Amino acid sequence: MDYQQANISDNNFENCTKCTVCTAYCPVTAVNPDYPGPKQAGPDGERYRLKKPLFYNEALKYCMNCKRCEVACPSNVKIGDIIQAARIKYSTKRPSLRDTMLANTDFMGNMATLAAPIVNGVLSLKPVKKVMDATLKIDCHRTFPKYAGQKFTTWYKRNAAQAQQQFANKVSYFHGCYVNYNNPSLGRDLITVLNAVGYGVLLLEKELCCGVAKISNRLIKEATRDAEVNLKAIRNAVSTHKAPVLATSSTCCFTMRDEYPHLLHLDNAEVRDDIMLATKFIYELLEKNQIKLVFKPGFKMKVAYHTPCHMEKLGWTYYSTSILRMIPGVDLTLLDSRCCGIAGTYGFKKENYRYSQDIGEPLFRQIESINPDLVATDCETCRWQIEMSTPYRVENPVTILAMAIDADATRKANSIG
Amino acid sequence: MKFDTVIIGGGLSGLTAGIELARAGRKTAIVSTGQSAIHFSSGSMELLGYDRDRHPVENPIEEIAHLDPVHPYSRLGKERVIELLKRVKPLFEETGVKVSGSHQRNHWRLTPMGQMKPAWLTLEDYLTLESPQSLPWKKVAVINVDGFLDFYPRFIEAGLRQRGVECLTASVTVPAITHQRESTTEMRATNIARVVNSESVNQLADVINRTCPDAEAILFPAVIGFDNFEASRRLKELVKRPLHFVSTMGASVPGVRTQLMMQSYFRCIGGAFMLGDTVTRGYFSADGRRLLSVETANFADDHLEADNFIFAAGSFFSHGLNSTPSGVFEPVLGLDTDAPDDRSAWFDKNIFKPQPYMRYGLTTDSSFHAMRGGRTVENLIVTGASLSGADALREGSGAGISLLTALNAADTILTSKN
Repeated sequence: MDYQQANISDNNFENCTKCTVCTAYCPVTAVNPDYPGPKQAGPDGERYRLKKPLFYNEALKYCMNCKRCEVACPSNVKIGDIIQAARIKYSTKRPSLRDTMLANTDFMGNMATLAAPIVNGVLSLKPVKKVMDATLKIDCHRTFPKYAGQKFTTWYKRNAAQAQQQFANKVSYFHGCYVNYNNPSLGRDLITVLNAVGYGVLLLEKELCCGVAKISNRLIKEATRDAEVNLKAIRNAVSTHKAPVLATSSTCCFTMRDEYPHLLHLDNAEVRDDIMLATKFIYELLEKNQIKLVFKPGFKMKVAYHTPCHMEKLGWTYYSTSILRMIPGVDLTLLDSRCCGIAGTYGFKKENYRYSQDIGEPLFRQIESINPDLVATDCETCRWQIEMSTPYRVENPVTILAMAIDADATRKANSIG
Repeated sequence: MKFDTVIIGGGLSGLTAGIELARAGRKTAIVSTGQSAIHFSSGSMELLGYDRDRHPVENPIEEIAHLDPVHPYSRLGKERVIELLKRVKPLFEETGVKVSGSHQRNHWRLTPMGQMKPAWLTLEDYLTLESPQSLPWKKVAVINVDGFLDFYPRFIEAGLRQRGVECLTASVTVPAITHQRESTTEMRATNIARVVNSESVNQLADVINRTCPDAEAILFPAVIGFDNFEASRRLKELVKRPLHFVSTMGASVPGVRTQLMMQSYFRCIGGAFMLGDTVTRGYFSADGRRLLSVETANFADDHLEADNFIFAAGSFFSHGLNSTPSGVFEPVLGLDTDAPDDRSAWFDKNIFKPQPYMRYGLTTDSSFHAMRGGRTVENLIVTGASLSGADALREGSGAGISLLTALNAADTILTSKN
């Protein structure tokens, strides 16, 4: 008995009962028959791979790492982790130039923000898209998110850093590549909201990409190096300020909490619970009546919330949707939880473009049938996909909260000078 | 986080209780480790199918009088059972799941092995019969899908032949299914359902209309309509002969659809469905009489606090119960179980005999409250397969127990003073 119980692997693959429930919720299985499906690619294939690595199948690259198989699994098998770990361990193909470029979000972001107007202009030119499609296999239907003229960190140092020192309560913010290079206004919105309720927002001493793009493009050494830098900074921040590190991206948050230990084998146990989404932090303060929010009178908005895959895996949709529901005048619809199809860099690749759009199709149709003023979601790549595939604008719940509150009145209600 | 009620388990029982409470305006959360056993539904639900000697039951209500006093139905009492039964069909109707059948008289359903079994409620698009002999046709066609792994027309043919019906078999496909078939291992009912869109339903109807033209009716595997009834209704409309769905092996399309529709309705009326999360620990008051909060894997130190809790985590299959050679136990909250310590008493070596362990479950007081260390936990009600006293598989009572004890639990909570 003890022998049996002691022989359960980290990924729990021995607990698979072959019920096939995971395959019923795999977004890829329904559109791409070249993908063997999560059961076959995961626990079933693992039995063979343990015998002989030659049973490894390159078609595992079609897994988007959305983890919906894990959310559906009644037996707690880490199906997605098994598949990603197998890709890391057994694949003999080297990442291409394109994959390396797509994965190096920091390098690309730093270069691009230096000449943002030119880069934005050039990347959206049809001939350039055709060339990238032909040479790099980056699908020409894709438009890269616009780069900001000024990085969030630059703005922060010049305009916000000093003011944060006056707050007795402080939290740290992991802004992620998207806020830094593409959408600094989301970072500013978080600072607006948290400052209004009496929290100063600090940046980490050093921050690199969370690593999700490098992990999915199998640049594991590079991802591990970045992750170690991030973990060191997070540990320092948590021990210095005795406060959590917030993220506004569900994927950054999920990667640092779960992919670091599961796929990169980095021990984050002492800080894992301190890495959380900003909406979780704000919700908990509100529920404990430690802060108050005052909303603008007459604010009205029809919002549809899309649950990103990694948000579903984190299980924290409740926090973001509860905050949106608290805003008087917000009429919120929770969209059926399903993948939008982009999966980070996956949907940018030419060979995946069609599958990516087929996967997202039911979501796009549901959004159109609801016809909201705004779609809310906690993931930046879901945002790109929905904005590229529907006529609707998408924002993070924190931005909607910043739009809805009366910041001056909120400061007064929380006795902030 | 604070809720009025937290339900542990998101299957038929947990969802039913959750819908009742959320509809009454109570702030309700359901925590569910993955998807539930509804995913293996036959398309029919049973109230009471067989008596003690395994004879089919005609009138389930009458048969309740003959059950053991420890059986959940006996403990509810016949009057209460009848009262609760009246609420079941409207509840399904409300969530959009249409069922037929009556609790006064069982009907019969066709199994994927070609056998007939008594049933109480059956989803609208399935074959139902007044009696096992009352097949309404002389010649019928069993039409399969090319390459589908979990449906065996020859079994059905053999079963129907025994009852004097001539049976033709055939297999059809449409381009979307052929495309899916490139992945041979993924030819499961749920995957076929996901690739059959409105265009392929039209094509499928055409090919079925041309197949076995002299058969009076069509039996077709239940592989249509993943998350709503649109496609299956359309197929029935377009096929010129009566078409009935027959349940398949493996993950069940009607089961997934029922789960998703109930789940979506619960969310729609304000319920919080925490899928893919697991309760890892319970915090009790000092005297052990109340469960104060539960910890889950995803919410960690943000415990789920509630006035009331429902334990609907199922039995051994769904991990609501577990065992080691030294005992049967409830693995998370440490609740008392109704099972002897002596392992040799758990089973009969003859696998075809009733197995005592099938009746094991949690110990509860007269109003189904859980017990812990011999004491009642006043705000924790047990429902469905987690209750002891019934061999649900053998007697055909699983859905009935899940539904009725869940409705009863919701009533207990709604009428209690806190």
